[in-house]
Amino acid sequence: MAFYFLRRIGETFVTLLLITLLVFCLTRLTGDPAALLLPPESSEASRQYFRVHHGLDRALPIQYVTYLRNVAAGDFGTSFRLGEPAIEIVWRALGPTLALAGLGMLLSIFIGVPLGIAAAASPRPWVKRLVGGYSSLGQALPPFWTGLTLVMIFALWLPLLPTSGYGAPRYYVLPALTLAISTSSAIAGLTAANMTEALRSDFIALERVLGLSETRVLLKHALRNASLPIVTYLGLQFGLILGGAIVTERVFAWPGIGQRIVEAILTRDYPVVQAVVLVTALLFMLINLLVDLLYMVLDARLRT
Amino acid sequence: MSDSHIVGATPSSTIPWLERWFPSSASAGGQPPLPIVTCVCCALLVVAAIFGTWLAPYPKEAVSLGDSLLPPAWQAGGTMRHLLGTDQLGRDMLSRLIAGARISLATAAAATLVSGMFGVLVGLVAGYVGGILESVAMRVVDAFLALPFILLALALVATLGTGFGNIIMVMVIANWARYARLVRSEVLTVKQRDFVTLARIAGVRPLTIMLRHVLPNVLNSVVVLAILDVGRAIILESSLSFLGVGIQPPDVSWGLMLADGRTFMGFAWWLTTLPGLMIVFAVLSFNSLGRWLHVRFDPRGQL
Amino acid sequence: MLLEVRNLSVAFGSVMRPVQAVSGVDLEIAAGEIVGIAGESGSGKTTLCAALIRALPKAARVSGEIRFDGRSMHALSPRELRELRGREIAMILQNPMTSLDPLFTIGNQLGEVLATRCDVPARHLRDREVELLRSVHMTAPEERLRQYPHELSGGMRQRVLIAMASATAPKLLLADEPTTALDATIQEEILVLFREIRDRRGTAIAIVTHDLGVIRRICDRIVIMYAGRIVEEGSVASVFAAPRHPYTRALLASIPVLDGDRVHVQSIAGQVPNLADLGDFCPFADRCPIAVDQCRAQAPPEAAFGDRQRVFCWRAEGIS
Repeated sequence: MAFYFLRRIGETFVTLLLITLLVFCLTRLTGDPAALLLPPESSEASRQYFRVHHGLDRALPIQYVTYLRNVAAGDFGTSFRLGEPAIEIVWRALGPTLALAGLGMLLSIFIGVPLGIAAAASPRPWVKRLVGGYSSLGQALPPFWTGLTLVMIFALWLPLLPTSGYGAPRYYVLPALTLAISTSSAIAGLTAANMTEALRSDFIALERVLGLSETRVLLKHALRNASLPIVTYLGLQFGLILGGAIVTERVFAWPGIGQRIVEAILTRDYPVVQAVVLVTALLFMLINLLVDLLYMVLDARLRT
Repeated sequence: MSDSHIVGATPSSTIPWLERWFPSSASAGGQPPLPIVTCVCCALLVVAAIFGTWLAPYPKEAVSLGDSLLPPAWQAGGTMRHLLGTDQLGRDMLSRLIAGARISLATAAAATLVSGMFGVLVGLVAGYVGGILESVAMRVVDAFLALPFILLALALVATLGTGFGNIIMVMVIANWARYARLVRSEVLTVKQRDFVTLARIAGVRPLTIMLRHVLPNVLNSVVVLAILDVGRAIILESSLSFLGVGIQPPDVSWGLMLADGRTFMGFAWWLTTLPGLMIVFAVLSFNSLGRWLHVRFDPRGQL
Repeated sequence: MLLEVRNLSVAFGSVMRPVQAVSGVDLEIAAGEIVGIAGESGSGKTTLCAALIRALPKAARVSGEIRFDGRSMHALSPRELRELRGREIAMILQNPMTSLDPLFTIGNQLGEVLATRCDVPARHLRDREVELLRSVHMTAPEERLRQYPHELSGGMRQRVLIAMASATAPKLLLADEPTTALDATIQEEILVLFREIRDRRGTAIAIVTHDLGVIRRICDRIVIMYAGRIVEEGSVASVFAAPRHPYTRALLASIPVLDGDRVHVQSIAGQVPNLADLGDFCPFADRCPIAVDQCRAQAPPEAAFGDRQRVFCWRAEGIS
């Protein structure tokens, strides 16, 4: 088991390396990284200085190594819009994004999983259809539209909640709800499918034949068995929530990495873009690794 | 004592393999029927996209400040001249929605097609040839898939720029990996099948085997993925446009309309709700079609 | 009589052309008796078994009467049914490899049955679990409790399942192909186990199997099914010694016989009929070596031969 885990860490590292390579290639795509990494108005002299200083006139592989060294040291360049190191900006913005994504994720689980169980366990066909409909619809709703509509209804028409901003708990409500709607629908669908499949197992049939109560069969045995694919999915889902959060942050002026990266793109502040991508990638990979570990804890078969 | 009556067990008493031997007549190997409604919806969208400019009552940029912010025809203050109302510059919503359909669907279709082709190519070669090539290719695929979709797209936009062509390219780069992964795992399965082994023994050139034998068997799941991807692509494109880094004016995109209408949505609900509904409608239609295709043609496939 | 089944029929599929899995079965099982229900795949034996505890799919149409301990099974409410299951009637399903939840330890699953079905208080649970495993001759019981199903061999898993099923000392234990997936040596041990359970607790056992050797080893009585009907029934001794139904004769003859270093295998020509094409005629007629026109025209009635032995064959008199 330790071997498996070591292998996973190895794979994660390789993938991260490839991502840095990807970003490296992106900056070199336009031919002149100096043009990207310096403010658009900078003079040719300062660009030339930058090139020499950062070894941009050296051979590409050497550049990549230097670049990797910088990345490992946390140096992603300096944001020319705000004048501070890009990493600081991203670091500050990470908190709000994680808070939002975390809350959204929790909400989604608390809404989606019970719905999925209900759909799988209920003998009434309308329950299945309702949850199925919610699952399809929720995933078809673009998060930014859900966000805007919620703002329209609950902040503009009925002045119950703030339209945007960050701070007290009430600012969290609409953004988290926005994220929760798209993610909980996916989780509900997935839970329903996996529960239905688990309920068809032989050991479930045996438990019923031996007279164990349906609640026990459902919540202890079926759910536990169904949760394995769901846990894997949650790791993936976190990536989607991060994506959803990026857009949602723009709707609600949430000071997270989504806001930062969009601002950065619109103002051609490339160091920040780079920093956001790499930090998010790292985060995402860590979450997936954690999910793998969780999976091993849940499924005894992987431990031997 | 022996009158026939439907006893049936309590719903929770089925022994699984019995049900497999004796399926109920309803599920006895029936294929789900063609979903007429879904097909009509998809067809409508495609028609609107292709013939839109001739169907739309007004050109999409027709500014008419005197008519600005008119509500849809059925509301007080609305007019039949502008069935779905106008925006803050007096542009007709219906026409712009149709124009948006054209752009959004064209982007989604082009992106899906190109990323599909590229991804299939990589997956096919990697899966069939195997070895170092496959390992390297799959690691690269993993790297692309490791990033959240939209983040990757944003990073690419930062480098490549915005606008119709660039957005398609961005979407292709962000999405091809999914096809590569799917195709490669399918190829691994198909590779084991007898007719492939026979062809190899018979000395058929690998390229021919790949194209004539392996590829057709893999296409089913690719098509299913592609149709489901159209929905994703529409959402991605509208998200990017909403953020201001996607389709640029004077082109029209539903996402762009949403961003435009945001300031006034408090009292002009149609500015944001209508484009949003169009997005949902389009995504639901294509997703529904994709799901039917999945059940009908590729039930055991992974997605 | 512990179990009385009268005219049980189970049908699936369309009403116009139903698949008749079981047709008009009468059966009796006395307390403490070990009955073997024999037949090929598709003979209806598993369906019959499932019908006895009302574990058939929703799509099944059941008619007839099942009385357990004097009570009608149909009349039971879902709650009463659940009470009965596991406590008075227990069942072992076909595949020991997949009948245990892979995510919980043996101890956990045994404990579940003991706690909820035998009302064993928590403090006694562990001891009772060990005791239960010992009663099924499981090696190193304490260690087994901590293990997961995938760490146990097929034979050990089957023992656990038997332990779970016999924990409540049920009056009737139904075993569906209990030894089919196991090695020959383990088979013997499991069969001995069944015998012990009957001897110790007076549990009646119904073993469903296609393996006549198993039946001969431990059963008191044998019921032979073909295409959903009973064709012959009687004590193991008399049926094996002098089978009256042509199908029984053919089955016994098809047991591979070792002759020096050669094995003779005699198979039965033809195939089992389509269960949707049955009717008022003998289902074995097409494969029967001694069939006559009457066999194809009318279903044979029951012919009793004393000591609860009966045959369903027009030519029964002539055979023995």
